Amino acid sequence: MDLAHTPQEEEFRARLRRWLAEVLPALPSKPPPDDWPARRAYDLGWQRRLHDAGYADVHWDASPTTRLIFLEETERAGAPYVGAGFVGLLHAGPTIAAEGTAAQRARWLPPILRGEEVWCQGFSEPDAGSDLAALRTRARRDGDDYVVSGSKIWTSHAEVADWCELLVRTDPDAPRHRGISWLAMPMDAPGITVRPLRTLAGSAEFAEVFLDEVRVPVANRVGEENDGWRVTMVTLSFERGTAFVGEVVACRRVLGELAARARENGRWDDAALRRRLGRLNAEFRALWRLTQWNVGEAGSTGGVPGAAGSLFKLRYSHARQELYDTAADVLGPESLDLDRPWVLDRLSSLSYTIAAGTSQIQHNIVAERLLGLPKGR
Amino acid sequence: MRLQPTGDQMALRDGTRALLARRFGPRALRAAVREPGRLDRALWRALGDAGFFALRLPEAGGGVGLGLPEAVLVFEEAGRALLPGPLVATHLAAGRVPGAATGETVVTDVGGCGLVEWLARADVVRGDAAGAEPLRSADPLTPLHRAPAAVEADPAAVLLTAAEQLGSATRLCELAVQHARTREQFGRPIGTFQAVQHLCAGMLVRTQTARAAVHAAAVTADPADIHTARLLADEAAVRGARDCLQVHGGMGFTWEFEIHLHLKRTWVRTYRAGPATQSEEFLAADLLAGTP
Ligand SMILES: Cc1cc2nc3c(=O)[nH]c(=O)nc-3n(C[C@H](O)[C@H](O)[C@H](O)COP(=O)(O)OP(=O)(O)OC[C@H]3O[C@@H](n4cnc5c(N)ncnc54)[C@H](O)[C@@H]3O)c2cc1C
Repeated sequence: MDLAHTPQEEEFRARLRRWLAEVLPALPSKPPPDDWPARRAYDLGWQRRLHDAGYADVHWDASPTTRLIFLEETERAGAPYVGAGFVGLLHAGPTIAAEGTAAQRARWLPPILRGEEVWCQGFSEPDAGSDLAALRTRARRDGDDYVVSGSKIWTSHAEVADWCELLVRTDPDAPRHRGISWLAMPMDAPGITVRPLRTLAGSAEFAEVFLDEVRVPVANRVGEENDGWRVTMVTLSFERGTAFVGEVVACRRVLGELAARARENGRWDDAALRRRLGRLNAEFRALWRLTQWNVGEAGSTGGVPGAAGSLFKLRYSHARQELYDTAADVLGPESLDLDRPWVLDRLSSLSYTIAAGTSQIQHNIVAERLLGLPKGR
Repeated sequence: MRLQPTGDQMALRDGTRALLARRFGPRALRAAVREPGRLDRALWRALGDAGFFALRLPEAGGGVGLGLPEAVLVFEEAGRALLPGPLVATHLAAGRVPGAATGETVVTDVGGCGLVEWLARADVVRGDAAGAEPLRSADPLTPLHRAPAAVEADPAAVLLTAAEQLGSATRLCELAVQHARTREQFGRPIGTFQAVQHLCAGMLVRTQTARAAVHAAAVTADPADIHTARLLADEAAVRGARDCLQVHGGMGFTWEFEIHLHLKRTWVRTYRAGPATQSEEFLAADLLAGTP
C-alpha cells in the first residue's frame, strides 16, 4: 500500500509543470460551443503543442502512473480538455494500440498523437442502444472492400471527424455477438450523410450518420472478421475505465472555484450548502483514490481496464451531476442564466449517466461480472 | 504507486482473519449476544499476544513496528467479525497506558460525541467520563454511557473506525450476494432480479470507493484524507447494512441473524469520530484552503 512516485515520475511531473506554466498563459481563448470547426482547430492545436513538447503519447504508451500525473497536472493547471480528441486519444487510439496490426498502428496512431485527425464513435443505432449487440448496420464483402449500409445515432463529433470507429454486422446469420466487426471508416467516403442533432444544452454535440453503400477497405478492420464484439469490449473498457479519469481532477478544481464563489456571494454562510460542498470534496477525493487503486490493478490486466471501470464510471457520473446541482445551489437564480459559468455544464452533466453505457447497464455489469450474480432478466 | 496491500500485508490480514475465526467465530458471537456486557478477557489477551494493540509501537519498545496501513487491514477484520470491546481506544492507548499493549488492560475513551463504550468493563478511561450516564444501548454488543462533554477524536481513531466500518461494509456485501445467489423465489434465485442485483452492485460500488479512500488515508495520514475515509466508510457501512437487510427479507429483520448486529454497530461507530458534520465542515474549509 503506497502512493510513492519514482524519481523519474517526479521528474516528469516537474518538467510538465514548468512547461504548463510557460505555455498556458499565452493560449488563445476557447471558441464558442457552436463553432465546431473552430473547436476542432482549438482542440487539435492543443494536442499538437503537447506532441511537439513530447507529451503526446501519455494516453497509451506511458505507464498508467505517468498518465495519472499527466492528467493531474494538466487539469490542475486548467489546460484545455481533450475535446474533439476524446474518441481518438482515449478509446479508439488505445483500442488500435492494443488490437491493431503494426501497419494499422503506424497509419492511425501518429496522426491522433500529432493532433491531425479526429475520430468519432459509430456504435449506437436507433434500435441498438444499451443492447448494442442488436446493431444492424450491414457490411457486405465486395473484393477488398466492405460495402456498408445502415445508420448510426448519437455520434459525437461526427461533423468534424476524419475517422469513425464503426461497428458493423458482417455475418447476419451468426449469433448476435459473433457476427460483428470493428472497422475504421474514413468520414469523407462517398455515401455518408451526417445530420447534426441538437442536445438539450442547445449545441450540436452529436449527430445521426446515415451510411448508404459506403466502401471501407477490408484492411481497415481491426481484429478478425466477426470478432468485433471482443474488440468492442476493449474499446468500452477504455471508454469507461480511463477516459473520464482526467475529469475527476477537473471536477476538484471546479469544486474549489464553487467554494470561492459561495464565499463571495454569501451562500457560504448556509451550513447546509457548506456541508454539501464538504461531502463533494470527500466524494471527488475518494474518486481520485479509486482511480489510483485501479491503476494498481491495471498491471494485472495488461493495461486494459477491467470491469472495475464500470464501478468507477457509475460513481463518477452521479458525483458529477451532484457537483453541478450544487453549483446551481451556489448560484441561486443565476443558475438559470446560460451565460453564467457551470450552467451549461450542469445541463451536459445529465448525459453522464447515459453515454458510454447507462447507469442501469453499469449496475448490471457490476452485479454480473464483479459480484458473479446470475445473469438477470 | 499501489494502494492494494502488499504480500506481507495480505498475510497479516489473513492471519488476523484466521485468528478471529478461531477465537470469535459465529458461536462465540451468539454467546456474546446472550451475555451482553461481558468482555472476554482471555480473547483480549489473545489479541494482545497477536500484536493487535502493539501493532504500531516500535519494535525496540516491544511493539510490532508496523504502521497505519497494516492497522487498517487488521481493524477491517475486527469490523468484519463484529469483534466487541473498545478496540480502537485500547490500540491507541498502547505505549501510553501500562498493560494496554498486551491486552492486560482494557482502555476506553470518551468519544467525539461524548459516548463512552464499555465504561463499566474498562480498567482505564481516557478523557473525562465523570457524570457519565448509562444508556440502554441499541447495540447489544456495545454498552454505552453518555458523558457530559465530548473529546475531539484522535485522527488515528477516526481512521481505524473507518476501517472497521469498511469491514462491516465488505461483510454485508458478501452476505447479500451469497443470499441473492441461493434464495429462490418465483422459481429462480432472487439474484436474477435486477432490483436485487442493483442493490448488491450499489453496495460494492460504495465499499470499493471507501476502500480506496481508507487505504489512501492510511498511507498519507493527512487529515482531509482521514475525514474523507470516514465519510465514505460510514456511508458504505450504514447503507450496506440497510440494503443487506432488504435483500434478506424477513430473515434480515430477525434477532438470530447477524445483520442487525452489523447495522447497530455501524450506527455506534458513526458517532465515535464526532458528528459527521464536523468532517463535512473540515472538508468544506479545505476547499477554500487552495489546493483541493
Ligand atoms: C451525450 C451523448 C453522447 C453520445 N455519444 C455517442 C457516440 O459518440 N457514439 C455512440 O455510439 N453512442 C453515443 N451515445 C449513445 C449512448 O451510448 C446511448 O445513448 C446509451 O448506450 C443508451 O442507449 P439508448 O439511448 O438507446 O437508450 P436505451 O438503451 O433505449 O435505454 C433507455 C432506458 O432503458 C434502460 N435500460 C435499457 N436496457 C436496460 C437493461 N437491460 N436493464 C435496465 N435498464 C435498461 C436504460 O438504462 C435507460 O434508462 C451518446 C449518448 C449521449 C447522451
